[in-house]
Amino acid sequence: MYRYDTLDKEFLADRAAEFREQVGRRLAGEITEDQFKMIRLMNGLYLQLHAYMLRIAVPYGALNPTQMRALAQIGRKYDKGYGHFTTRTNLQFHWIKLADAPDILDALAAVDMHAIQTSGNCIRNTTADPFAGATAEEIDDPRVWSEAIRQWSSLHPEFSFLPRKFKVAITGSAKDRTAAKVHDIGLMMRRGRDGAFGFEVIVGGGLGRTPYVGPTINEFLPANRLFSYLEAVLRVYNRHGRRDNIYKARIKILVAALGAEEFARQVKEEWEKIGPAGDLPDTEIARIRGAFVPMDFDTLVNRSEAFEAAKAADPALARFARNNLREHKRPGYTIVEISLKAIGETPGDATSDQMDVVADLAERYGHGDIRVTHEQNLVLPHVKLDDLAAVHAGLKAVGLATPNVNLISDIIACPGLDYCALANARAIPIAQDIARTFADQDRAELIGELKIKISGCINACGHHHVGHIGILGVDKKGEEFYQLTLGGSGAEDAAVGSMLGPALPAGRVAGAIDTMVDVYLRERQDGERFLDTFRRTGVTPFKEAVYADAN
Amino acid sequence: MPTRIKLQDGEYRLVEDPFTTIGDDAGLPPGDVIISLTRFQTEGDQLLSEGRKVGVRLEPAEEVEALVYDLPRIALVAVVFPKYRDGRSYTAARLLRERYGFEREIRAVGEVLREQAGFMARVGIDAFSPADGSTPEDWARATHRQRHVYQRAADRRTPAFAERE
Repeated sequence: MYRYDTLDKEFLADRAAEFREQVGRRLAGEITEDQFKMIRLMNGLYLQLHAYMLRIAVPYGALNPTQMRALAQIGRKYDKGYGHFTTRTNLQFHWIKLADAPDILDALAAVDMHAIQTSGNCIRNTTADPFAGATAEEIDDPRVWSEAIRQWSSLHPEFSFLPRKFKVAITGSAKDRTAAKVHDIGLMMRRGRDGAFGFEVIVGGGLGRTPYVGPTINEFLPANRLFSYLEAVLRVYNRHGRRDNIYKARIKILVAALGAEEFARQVKEEWEKIGPAGDLPDTEIARIRGAFVPMDFDTLVNRSEAFEAAKAADPALARFARNNLREHKRPGYTIVEISLKAIGETPGDATSDQMDVVADLAERYGHGDIRVTHEQNLVLPHVKLDDLAAVHAGLKAVGLATPNVNLISDIIACPGLDYCALANARAIPIAQDIARTFADQDRAELIGELKIKISGCINACGHHHVGHIGILGVDKKGEEFYQLTLGGSGAEDAAVGSMLGPALPAGRVAGAIDTMVDVYLRERQDGERFLDTFRRTGVTPFKEAVYADAN
Repeated sequence: MPTRIKLQDGEYRLVEDPFTTIGDDAGLPPGDVIISLTRFQTEGDQLLSEGRKVGVRLEPAEEVEALVYDLPRIALVAVVFPKYRDGRSYTAARLLRERYGFEREIRAVGEVLREQAGFMARVGIDAFSPADGSTPEDWARATHRQRHVYQRAADRRTPAFAERE
């Protein structure tokens, strides 16, 4: 974790004090709800269907146990005892009272957290690889750069009133766990010929109404020139991005209208005018790097007898190990993914008690490090294999040992019409339906990696375009229908899914997916994933099976 | 005489405004005026030759580069915020200060609210016609609210990374 210095802490304290004063003005009736809207949206406070929703930033998805406990406590004291982790790796509380919001922001500032720029047309929270610092695949730790971006973008004087919101993703490895190619800017670390590292810069990807896989506008940007380049991209966008239509205001529309080549040229021209004066000094990057708590790993062998014995004795642990563990860079350690997709529960929700347990386990067994993934799960990035049985038991005791990461029941869903004022249809009950249909863990493992993503409206907060199976809720004359897409991916092989056929009523969605899974199991060759089979066969066999069913 | 809030030597004060803002179709009164870029391009020479001070109103869609050649003759630039959400004029002001070395008044007009004070002061805007009835004291409080800033900008504030050295 990055350790805040006095300056970082004072920045948050000042911001929280300002918001307290502004809420005071609102509660005293000195400003109208309309005037207050701008203020609250700069502090992550939305007015939703039933109550205020507060979206708390979890910068690049990293939390320490103290912060996790503070979130748990806020959930208990000011909400209904739970919170919702989002596809932006943030945490939302959906039942907040306005009068409590200043106290919540103070409680957050006390543990170096905030809700700055979790809403509004500004630079939002950066997504980084949730395995940062733990995977052997990475060229450099993306958290260092993400923290530098967090600071640079906080209350940015020029870029706080952009045409539309702006999201950056950084991955340090070739394997992309951040959906970089569907962000406004995706930064993928690359090693240059001379061994120095830099970024491949992808601009103008996005989901929403007009999904795009972003084009590369710079194959290799030297790392020490990142900030002048970001400034150039943002300036071209701030000046020329559309402001006449909210649905055409994201940078992807500008990039598509100009063409990637012309957009790249304009950025380069601006970048040359800015020059190195726009960069962060190397000393500051080094300081940020040094402010991350160093990890002192033990020297271990790659096999843990204790873990092997425990697995042999406990099939549930063995199943958990098969599905929820990833390779760590150090022998004898593992990355543990904690699924927030328990069968029948709301995807991404965690109770305050569960948060406390994750905090305890991270403290005791996980070097005090916790991550949130954009697929709405949690990660303990540094766990000894020797401790795995204890961690599993701890998770299991609070219903967090669901062994389904990347499987068919590990479904992303936005809050949908259950909470959100923009939604056309519910998303959560559809996710619950599908998860119940595939509750049989043996079958789920047989099916293998299959990413289902559900959005309750065209704004695509559930990332349905990049689901192997995507589900979009639409409203047809007051009735909820669901449009299915196939073949999307948010990983390094990014693609936007293609439409299966006419939308289905809610009651038929889980059945249609069951039908398509049968088609896949029949058609698949040599251990292909669902996605690979689809890419080979195309949509026809799936479409025939689903709509033959309908007749 | 009308007034505007002016930032001078780090202090916000309410000062008299000698300039009259003139629309494109309106007749020209005597004295110092603020006119549109279009009008400046056709009538600027004439007005300057009469010995008046001339300010130019720059709409968000207008390129700040169109002004560069004339900057030495312009008394002030009024950058327009038609809605507080429209952030293009932050870029215009910053470029005027940092890239084109403009040292005279840059004034924010339009939907100018105290919540924007910190951003505006940082990009080099030094005169404000607020739309929310806010006072110089409100503006001083709003801009001094954050003890630290994280970026270099057009004001003289020391960014965090330099404070830390």
